[in-house]
Amino acid sequence: MGGVLEFKGKSYEIDDDGYLINWQDWNEDIAGQLAKIEGIELTDAHWEVIRFLRNYFLQYQIAPMIKILVKEIGKVMGPEKGNTKYLYELYPGGPAKQACKFAGLPKPTGCV
Amino acid sequence: MSNKVPTPDELSKIDYTPPKKGWMDTPVEFKPGTWCYGSRPKYLESVDFPNPRDWKPTDDDWKLPENWKEIFLKGMEERLRKYRSFRLFMDICVRCGACADKCHFFIGSGDPKNMPVLRAELLRSVYRKYFTASGKLLGKVAGARELTIDVLKELWYYYYQCTECRRCSVFCPYGIDTAEITIIARELLNLLGLNTDWIAGPVANCYRTGNHLGLEPHTFKNSIEFFLSDIEDITGIKIEPSFNRKGAEILFITPSGDTFADPGTYTCMGYLMLFHELGLDYTWSTYASEGGNFGFFTSNEMAKRLHYKIYAEAKRLGVKWILGGECGHMWRVLNQYLDTWHGPADFLEEPVSPITGTTFENAKSSKLVHIAEFTADLIRNGILKLDPSRNNHLKVTFHDSCNTSRGMGIFEEPRFIIRSVCNHFYEMPEDTIREKTFCCGSGSGLNAGENMELRMRGGFPRANAVKYVKEKHDVNMLANICAIDRAALPPLMDYWVPDVRVAGVHELVGNALVMKGEKERIVDLRGEPLPVKSESTSSEEVKEG
Repeated sequence: MGGVLEFKGKSYEIDDDGYLINWQDWNEDIAGQLAKIEGIELTDAHWEVIRFLRNYFLQYQIAPMIKILVKEIGKVMGPEKGNTKYLYELYPGGPAKQACKFAGLPKPTGCV
Repeated sequence: MSNKVPTPDELSKIDYTPPKKGWMDTPVEFKPGTWCYGSRPKYLESVDFPNPRDWKPTDDDWKLPENWKEIFLKGMEERLRKYRSFRLFMDICVRCGACADKCHFFIGSGDPKNMPVLRAELLRSVYRKYFTASGKLLGKVAGARELTIDVLKELWYYYYQCTECRRCSVFCPYGIDTAEITIIARELLNLLGLNTDWIAGPVANCYRTGNHLGLEPHTFKNSIEFFLSDIEDITGIKIEPSFNRKGAEILFITPSGDTFADPGTYTCMGYLMLFHELGLDYTWSTYASEGGNFGFFTSNEMAKRLHYKIYAEAKRLGVKWILGGECGHMWRVLNQYLDTWHGPADFLEEPVSPITGTTFENAKSSKLVHIAEFTADLIRNGILKLDPSRNNHLKVTFHDSCNTSRGMGIFEEPRFIIRSVCNHFYEMPEDTIREKTFCCGSGSGLNAGENMELRMRGGFPRANAVKYVKEKHDVNMLANICAIDRAALPPLMDYWVPDVRVAGVHELVGNALVMKGEKERIVDLRGEPLPVKSESTSSEEVKEG
């Protein structure tokens, strides 16, 4: 993998794990397509997470800590959904990896 | 795409039969899941590293400069002159084999080129060919070989399969420090732009923002504030630490992983609670916001550039001394290199604990104190009120991080702390701890996702020792004092020893610390219910000091 992903007349550079190289390239179309590649149809619940990730990234230039995400989703979707179990149900590949991929965020590196 | 890692059953069938042909005639094979992606050009560009370009380690063409061989050999010549240790280690090995079965990567893979002696021989053979009379004259008979593109690829593959943990060095009768050979080999590879994405990314980030993750000042502060709100929920205590405060007595530095990724975040909460309880006059820095140094995994020069900020910030803020958090290679660099590179730090004072009056004589020159020493001293002096029964749900063992154990001899302090804050502590077998500790398998920047099979293989001996204490004593918590451990050990445990979790020592301190004015705690720092107290334990088990 890695290289260029063509979708609806646009080209997107992706890395070996299928992440967008440039977070600026992201749009809702490509989010849907990246999810589809991994067999996931995005629902409103998925979008709630993606939008939060996207907004957080624009403000802080990094994906949020998982616990920030959990707390936020709990606030928006109700306390029964503010847990990692719920997020894993939505994103079986892990909220940090899979949801960030669909949201077009780069992978954090270092001691993580 | 990430490779599927074989199951533990498949992986534990390790074949130790060496290949039929001699090692020089056995070409390198890039097995899936055992190497990291090549560095993206933008990371190399940002720190002026040579030959930035898109490349893949499995490509035939590595897009090297035409005179790559000349660059490599010239680099080698310079380093043979500059580092007497390097020349010595190239010359003195007698191939006794004492190190051969001591490497976690050899134990976990069965690949003879992961024997430290042979890993070093990969480079020694080149040294002999170009820098010794016998090698020039006799070639292969004298153990010498030409530097070819295949040899270069072999060097890259195997020097990024060494975690620089130095376990082999403990057993070497000559004291050869194989990590130093790996360090130089990686320096030489870096002259040709042969880095990994997982290392070059943090280096570039650290150069730009002060930390590996690339946390901007407001992001760094936001993370800490998030922990403070959790601490308030758990203890009812509001903590207000300072950032970049001039005139603070102490500058505190920790790996940025602790401010971002679980379970390091709980360790970070432990620091915050401890310092608050002491009323410590200290500050965080959003500039010197990284204790770790991935530059150390590329070249000494890059390591030096990245860690310059620590003394620079201490000077700018006018602190007296520096306290450092739970990190591994950070301490190898701080304890053994920083003073030589940037010292003497005579603008700082010899560290004295403002709480106990203890002088940290071992840090007289560097002015950097390890938090395990600092906290152990507090406990020894009876400063802290501790309730170890709050950790009664945990059966703890301790993993000595390679760098703090073999690099600076921190053995007793973390154990003393754990015994003071936990009632259930069990040691792993003797040959797997202290100076003989087994590596997590992911150190020196090898903790990338795509490298998972190698990491599970390399971590196998460590996991095996954990499995032993789990079966014998029901151990369920693997404590450590290193941020790479906190990142690398959870997947290792999930793979080999499910149900054992991972914690920094100061998370356990934070759980046990009885704080003035706190409300009754019902959950631990992870927000999980505390063990129910029987009536007899609550008062008896509160330890003073």
